[in-house]
Amino acid sequence: MSLIHTLARLEAVESGRAQPLAMVRHRHLAARPLVFVPLTTAGEAGAPLGALVGSDRERPRLLVVPQPRDRDLRFAFLADLAEEVLPYVDSFAEDTEPAEQSKTDPETGKRVKVEVELCADAPQLIVPSRAGVDFVRLLGRSMRFRRTAEQDPDTPYPAPARVPLLGRWLTHFAERARVPGSTLIAAMTELLARHWATGQSSLEDQHLGALLAWIDPPGGDAGAEAARRAETARDAGGQLLCPPAGPATDPAFDNKLLAPAIERYDRARTALAAADDGPSADHRLAELTAAEREIGALVESRTRPTWDAVWHGLDLLNDLPEGERAAERWTRDRWSYTGHRDRVLAGEPPQPRRDDAVTAANKLAARETAQARLEAQEALDDPLVMAARRLSGEAFAGEVTEVVMAYSESKRPSPRPLVTLRTDDGPHLAERAKVYRSLAGKPQSAQFVGYDEEGGVVLRIMDKMGRGKEPDEGSVPEKGDQVTWTLFEHAPRGGPSLPEPEDTPWTHGGPPGTGAEAPDPVTSEDTL
Amino acid sequence: MSSADPRTHGADAPFDPSAEAARATAAILHDTLHGEARGVVVDSPPGAGKSTLVVNAARELAAAGRPLMVVAQTNAQVDDLVLRLAEKEPDLPVGRLHSSDADPYDKALDDLEHVRKSTKASDLAGLDVVISTAAKWAHVSGVEPWRHAIVDEAYQMRSDALLAVAGLFERALFVGDPGQLDPFAIVGSEQWAGLSYDPSASAVSTLLAHNPSLPQHRLPVSWRLPASAAPLVSDAFYPYTRFRSGTGHGDRSLSFGVPSDGGGPDRVLDEAAASGWGLLELPARHTPRTDPEAVRAVAAVVRRLLDRGGATVSERSPDPVPLTADRIAVGTAHRDQAAAVRAALAELAVSGVTVDTANRLQGREYDVTVVLHPLSGRPDATAFHLETGRLCVLASRHRHACIVVARAGIADLLDDHPSTEPVQLGVTVKFPDGWEANHAVLSHLSEHRVPWQP
Repeated sequence: MSLIHTLARLEAVESGRAQPLAMVRHRHLAARPLVFVPLTTAGEAGAPLGALVGSDRERPRLLVVPQPRDRDLRFAFLADLAEEVLPYVDSFAEDTEPAEQSKTDPETGKRVKVEVELCADAPQLIVPSRAGVDFVRLLGRSMRFRRTAEQDPDTPYPAPARVPLLGRWLTHFAERARVPGSTLIAAMTELLARHWATGQSSLEDQHLGALLAWIDPPGGDAGAEAARRAETARDAGGQLLCPPAGPATDPAFDNKLLAPAIERYDRARTALAAADDGPSADHRLAELTAAEREIGALVESRTRPTWDAVWHGLDLLNDLPEGERAAERWTRDRWSYTGHRDRVLAGEPPQPRRDDAVTAANKLAARETAQARLEAQEALDDPLVMAARRLSGEAFAGEVTEVVMAYSESKRPSPRPLVTLRTDDGPHLAERAKVYRSLAGKPQSAQFVGYDEEGGVVLRIMDKMGRGKEPDEGSVPEKGDQVTWTLFEHAPRGGPSLPEPEDTPWTHGGPPGTGAEAPDPVTSEDTL
Repeated sequence: MSSADPRTHGADAPFDPSAEAARATAAILHDTLHGEARGVVVDSPPGAGKSTLVVNAARELAAAGRPLMVVAQTNAQVDDLVLRLAEKEPDLPVGRLHSSDADPYDKALDDLEHVRKSTKASDLAGLDVVISTAAKWAHVSGVEPWRHAIVDEAYQMRSDALLAVAGLFERALFVGDPGQLDPFAIVGSEQWAGLSYDPSASAVSTLLAHNPSLPQHRLPVSWRLPASAAPLVSDAFYPYTRFRSGTGHGDRSLSFGVPSDGGGPDRVLDEAAASGWGLLELPARHTPRTDPEAVRAVAAVVRRLLDRGGATVSERSPDPVPLTADRIAVGTAHRDQAAAVRAALAELAVSGVTVDTANRLQGREYDVTVVLHPLSGRPDATAFHLETGRLCVLASRHRHACIVVARAGIADLLDDHPSTEPVQLGVTVKFPDGWEANHAVLSHLSEHRVPWQP
C-alpha cells in the first residue's frame, strides 16, 4: 500500500467518509454492461441457486433453481442463463472495424501486417465481487466440456443446446479477468476499492454493502457506522438487512428460510408425482407452483439489494471522467473478445482443462506486461497516482532551471541537451538511470547525469528530438517548464516470442498431446 | 553422512576441503563431458566456487571441441564470466552477445583481444564460447543449435525463461544455489501452481520434474563463509545438503586499531570481530519500513567500522589487510530501506559502501556485512519477509563477520505469525520454510546480542 493510500485510509477514518484514490476512472465502463448477480448453494460446489441477470437495471431477469441438487433443473437454469448471456455477447460480434495485426507469414517466416476485423465494442460483465468472478469461472468449467445431444447422440445426460457455448464464453471472461487492467469482466468491489479508500481493512472492503456505505453513506451517516449496519444489522426474523453480495448466502437465510422452502417444494413435487387423478394433480401442481414461486421470491429478496448496489456503484464510477489511457486497455479487451469470437466461429474445441507449457508461459508474460503497463498508464493519467510514485522515489516533478545544448560524440552529432531540474522529490536515481517523460503522449527518454551544486537533477535528453542538428520545436523542455519524469517505462515491451506448443523443448516435457479433450466422465455425484 | 556433517567436525578423520571440492568438481566435469544424460544439475551453496566451476567447465567443453553457449541471468554476471574466462585462458575465442541498449556491456571487455561483441548471434557463430543473458538469448532464432550449454544461476531463472532458450541447445549443465531467492512473478500465478511446467517456478524445478533421472551434484565446501558462519547457514538453510567452510576457526580474523568507546555500535563490532556474528538490538517498537532509528544505527555501525581501523587476516595473505569501504556491504529487504541507509551514510560522510537489497546482493561477496533485519519493527510477518532465500542471501555474503541490526521482539512476531500460505497440490514443499529458518538464525544471533538504546 502506498503512502498516499495509507493517508487516504487514515483520512477516511477521521472524516467518516471514503476518500478518493483516483481523480479519473481507471477502468473503462461499457455503455450497456451485463450485470450478473449469482447465488450458489451452500455445501454444493458449483450448484447455482439462482441469479439476477440483465443489462436493464429496471428489469433484471430472475433465474431460480428450486432444487439445486436436481441436475435437470440445473441444466434448465443454465439454458435460461445462456438465453440471457449469449444474445448479449453475440450482439457485439457483427459490428466490426478494419484493423491491422502483425502475423508471421508461414512461407517467409517474416512478420507481416494483416488486415483483420476488430469488433467495434465488446460485452462487459459486471459481478458484485471477486468471488463472483470465481463463480463465473466455475460455471464455465462445469459447462464447456458438456456434450449436447446433437454433438454426441449417445451422451447419457445431454446438455441443452447452447450450454457448452455459454461455458466457453464464461471461461473466456474469467480467464480474461486475470489480465491486469482488463474489464471484459469486472467485480464491483474491486472497481470501487480501486477508486476510493475506506476506513476499514481491505478484507472488509470485499463486502459490497459495507464498501458502498463508506463511499456513499445513506442519510449522511458516518461511514464506519453505516458499514457496521450493512454488515451486521438484522430484521426481527434474524435476517441480514443487507444480504451478502454472494455468491455465498447467509447461513441464517439458508437455515431459516431457504431450507424449509426447498423442503416444501420437494414435498409438493413428490406429491404431484404420486397424484393418481386429474383434479388432485391439478391441485398438487398448484401447490408445486406456489412452492416454486416462494423460492423465487426468496432468491429475488437476496439478490435484488445486491443488484441495486451494483448499479449504484456503476453510477458512482460513471461520475468520474474516464482516464485517457483506459480506452487503450479496452481496445485490448475488444481484441480479446474478437479473438474468442473467431475461435468459436472457426469451430475450435473448448479451452483445455490445463494450459500447456507454452500457453502458460505466454499468458504469464502477457499479464506481467499488462501489469507494468497498467501501473504506468494509471500514473500518467492521474496526478494522484503519480504522487504516490513520486513519494516512493519512482518519479519526480519539478521546474526546469537550466537547459544547456550539447551533442553526441558521433560522426553526425545529434542533439543531447542537458536539462537541470529543481525538485523537492527524492527519486532513487542510480548512476546513468534512464528516465522518461510524456511528450505529446509518446515517451521521451533521458539519462541521469548527476546532481549540480544546488542539488538539481541534471538529465541528458536522448531522443524524440527529430533528425536535424537542432532539436524539433517543443521537443526539449525550456527554462521555467514544469516537467514530470518517471523512472519506469511508459509502454513496457512484451517478452520474447516462445516456441510453438508442438516445439516444446525436452526441459519442459516435450510437445503436449494433441486433439480435443474428452468431456468430463459422469460420476455418481452427477446423478444424485 | 557423518563425515559430511559439519557438526561432527574434528571427531572424524581430518576433512580436506580442497580434496573434497576437487572430487566433486571432477565428478561434475565427467558427467558433463562424458555422461549420457542431456542435463547435469549442480547445487552450489554460497561461495562454493560456482563461478570457478562454470569457467572450468567452459574451458573443458571448448577444449573438447564442443561449441558452447552460456546463459547467465544479468549483464553483470555475463561480463564477470567473460572476464574470468579471459583471465584463465586469454586465447580462447569468446563471443559476448549483447543488447542494442546504450552501454550494453562492461567497457573492460573492449581491452580483451579474443572477445568479440555483437548484438547478433550470427556474427558470433563459430566461436568456441558465446555468452549472454537469458533475456537476450530468448530473442535468438534461426541459428543452428549449440551442442552444449551452461545455464548459470539456474535456480534464479524462471521456468518460462528456460522455455524460451531451451531450443537453442542439445545438452546443458545447470548450476545454481537452491538456497537463494526464488524467481518471482509480478502477477498471480496460482492457476499453474502444481503443474510441472509452472512458468513462475524456477527453471531447475521444471527441468527436474520432467527429467527426474538427471544426475545431480553439489559443491561441498564454501570458500567464502568463515568457520563461524558455515555451520549456521548450512543448518538453517541447507539442512539436507550440508556443506562446510573451506577455512578453519583460526584461519581468519578481524581486528580493530582503535579501542571500543563503549557505545552500542562498538560493542557489537567487538562481538562480531570475536565471534563472526553480532546482533545490535534496539528496543521493541512498531515502526515504518524506513525505521529512522534502525537506519541510523546501521549507518553508525558502518561509520565506526571504518573509523576504528579494521584489519582482516585470511588465508589469502599472511599480513593483515585494511578493511576498506568497498569490502563492506549493507543489506536490506526493501529498496526504500536501502535508499534511507544510503542517505544516512551520506550524512555521516561514508562513501564507497555497497548498500542494496537482498535481490541485488545475490552472488556478491564482502568482508563484513551489516544487515537490517527484514522483520525489524514490523507488526506482521508476511511471506515476502519470511522468504527463506532473502534471509539466506543476507546472512551469507560475508568472509569475516555479519552484523544484524534489529528491533527486539522478532521471536514473538514469528510466533504470532506462523506460515499461512495455502498448500498447493503437486508443489514440492521447500524445506526449511522461512519461519523455521528465521528462528534458527535468530536463536544463534541471540547469543551475540548487544542491546542498545540509541
